[in-house]
Amino acid sequence: MLLGPALAVSAILFTLGVAGVLLRRNAIVIFMCVELMLNAVNLTFVALAQQLGISGQIFVFFVMAVAAAEAAVGLAIILAIFRHKETVDLRNINLLKG
Amino acid sequence: MPPLTLTVFWALAGMAITGATLCITRRSPLASALWLVVTLFALAGLFVLLDAQFIGVLQVLVYAGAIMVLFLFVIMLLNLGRPGPSDLKGPVGGAVAALLAGTLLLQLGGVGSSGPPDVIRMPEGTVAALQREQGMVGAVARPLFDTYLIPFEITSILLLAAIVGAVVLAKRKL
Amino acid sequence: MSLDLSIPRGLLLALLPELVLTGWAMILLLFVAWRHRTTRDLRVAGGITAVALVTTAATVWWLWWNQAGVAGIAQMVAVDDYRWVTDWLFLGAAGLTVLVSFEYLERERLLAPEYYVLLLFAVIGMMLMGGAEDLMVLFLGLELMSIAVYVLAGFDRRNPRAAEAALKYFLIGAFASGFLLYGIALIYGATGTTNLSLVGVQVDSLRLGSDPMLLIGLGLLLVGFAFKVAAVPFHMWAPDVYDGAPTPVTAFMATGVKAAAFAALFRVLTEAFPQAGAWREIVAGLAILTMVAGNLVALAQRSLKRMLAYSSIAHAGYLLVAVATGTSAGTAAFLVYLVAYTLMTLGAFALLAAKGRGGESDVLIDDLAGLASRRPWLAFALAVCMLSLLGFPGTAGFIAKWYILLAAAGVGEWLLAAILVLTSVVSAGYYLPVIMVMYMKPEPFEQAHTGVKLGRLAGVAVAAAVAGILYFGVRPNGLLDLAKETGVGVKPVPTFTVEPSGR
Repeated sequence: MLLGPALAVSAILFTLGVAGVLLRRNAIVIFMCVELMLNAVNLTFVALAQQLGISGQIFVFFVMAVAAAEAAVGLAIILAIFRHKETVDLRNINLLKG
Repeated sequence: MPPLTLTVFWALAGMAITGATLCITRRSPLASALWLVVTLFALAGLFVLLDAQFIGVLQVLVYAGAIMVLFLFVIMLLNLGRPGPSDLKGPVGGAVAALLAGTLLLQLGGVGSSGPPDVIRMPEGTVAALQREQGMVGAVARPLFDTYLIPFEITSILLLAAIVGAVVLAKRKL
Repeated sequence: MSLDLSIPRGLLLALLPELVLTGWAMILLLFVAWRHRTTRDLRVAGGITAVALVTTAATVWWLWWNQAGVAGIAQMVAVDDYRWVTDWLFLGAAGLTVLVSFEYLERERLLAPEYYVLLLFAVIGMMLMGGAEDLMVLFLGLELMSIAVYVLAGFDRRNPRAAEAALKYFLIGAFASGFLLYGIALIYGATGTTNLSLVGVQVDSLRLGSDPMLLIGLGLLLVGFAFKVAAVPFHMWAPDVYDGAPTPVTAFMATGVKAAAFAALFRVLTEAFPQAGAWREIVAGLAILTMVAGNLVALAQRSLKRMLAYSSIAHAGYLLVAVATGTSAGTAAFLVYLVAYTLMTLGAFALLAAKGRGGESDVLIDDLAGLASRRPWLAFALAVCMLSLLGFPGTAGFIAKWYILLAAAGVGEWLLAAILVLTSVVSAGYYLPVIMVMYMKPEPFEQAHTGVKLGRLAGVAVAAAVAGILYFGVRPNGLLDLAKETGVGVKPVPTFTVEPSGR
């Protein structure tokens, strides 16, 4: 029975992804941490698919498509900001203050 | 469960977690990206152990092969390969991040020990049997073009929107 | 007309509005691929978009008129009145945005007709969210909408503020999607299905009300949605993004995008989790925080655009009150509020776009001094929007707030009702100064308002919004009856045996 351990590993990976988003300031690295979160969820889906039927594996399909679409747009946005600022560090990107 | 499978599982899990940890703590974005690739490969291995061989292959082809190459390409294009000043947050930011992440992990802790209710679980090996019967790809493809036809079609619009969006943002003249 | 979603004809009819809109988006995309250089091309593209939205709304009306529905459990997409009403709302918000965009894009020299293509894609995503009967469809619709709107936020590429807004919105949006997706995964794990009605059935029949996996999943789902609707404490991105994005896009984000997230959240909670009551307290807590923080911070804003951004956060708090009641009275109040909120917020942003230049973030509230003497109609329209946002009697904002109060009182949520009233009083502190400045202060110098020009089409949009606010403020019955009928439909299907899940 690998379900329990797989879900636990997935939770750890998801937490590491969240920690990375909170810890880093480089936009590209933050985005990579988001990809890590999505992959952790994929592990959950695959582990559940073993018990609940093949649907779980199909969801991974959709997540991959979403990740690819996000990567295309996200990296284009990061390139756009680099053209203005010559940097992707969020410390130097603070015209807008919360 | 043969002990070999368990050993391989934990080896791959350890590799994934190590890769993820290094990914979020390495200073250079390039190193982070490469450690993330390690994690993705380890996950592909885990998928194979969990009766999802086709998904494992896709993971290598799409994630490690296409998406991460795109990341590396942008990192190189922006010339972020050399280690610059660290972009990690200071001790205060780090403590806040650790606190929030720790809280989250505590909340998620219940997941590992729980699972689907026994009533809805299928007997061991059902998915593996289905794959033997219909083939690795067929078992995934049939429901994809049947039950999940609508989400599948939405995916195609999603990708088109992403293409249009990326072109709009990247072209020289507005 | 009862549709069978398992045969192609039924499926195509059920998806007809989305298909029509997608077809128009393809036509527009082809047109734009060849014609994208001159102002005229931009106008034609805008015209095609308007036609697309109108024909789609007519398709929705046709399905509604024929009382389309499904027998038993709907797969993937719901076919009910709730879907049609939210579709109209999204199409209306997009239509008003298009009207405002015509002159705005020309004035700001944003001569890229792809703007309208992305707008249509975003609307398709929203319609899928409002009609999603499956968590996967919801997720994909949300992503389709988000990806189009990320690009729209950064559409003004010459402006570094817009690029920053896009980056911030994208990073937060992707982060939130991660939470949402993990929540979906765990709910799937606990119930073995992602169909909303079936989740409701499973939670009920398997007594999962306190199952840890389900509750953690529900919690993560709520965090993801809280980011998307900008509820405090997950709101910090909203003011910056609303401030940096081009004003018509901000209007669209504050109305259509927010309404879509709310519509999906409401359907998920009422259809799938009526038995797991834990979310009511969480949503109520979010509502209180959002109402209090949104209104208090809005008081301190001097820029009109930022003030409207915080005001939209505060209104998310009022909407959360309606969600927290989770009754069919709550559904009606929720829908009425969404309509009123969309009208008044879009009107206010359209007027802001007329006043400002180059992103409008530098228009201070004090800059409106003496507007009433120079541009009486503009000042009147803005005053109506402000009064409605405040909830002044005689406007749609008042009626909408009143029904939320009734719904909250009906289920004994007196604390929420009291905070709603108190924070509305506080909100007078930032809405009324706008009116006072316009009507009571003299203009600072002779030519202060010469550049203020509302284009003809934007004028139509503002006039429609103001007329709607006043009409629904005086005669809300038609809208309310529609909302009430709709509210009955959003319920789990109670009679259903547990099917063996998975395949």
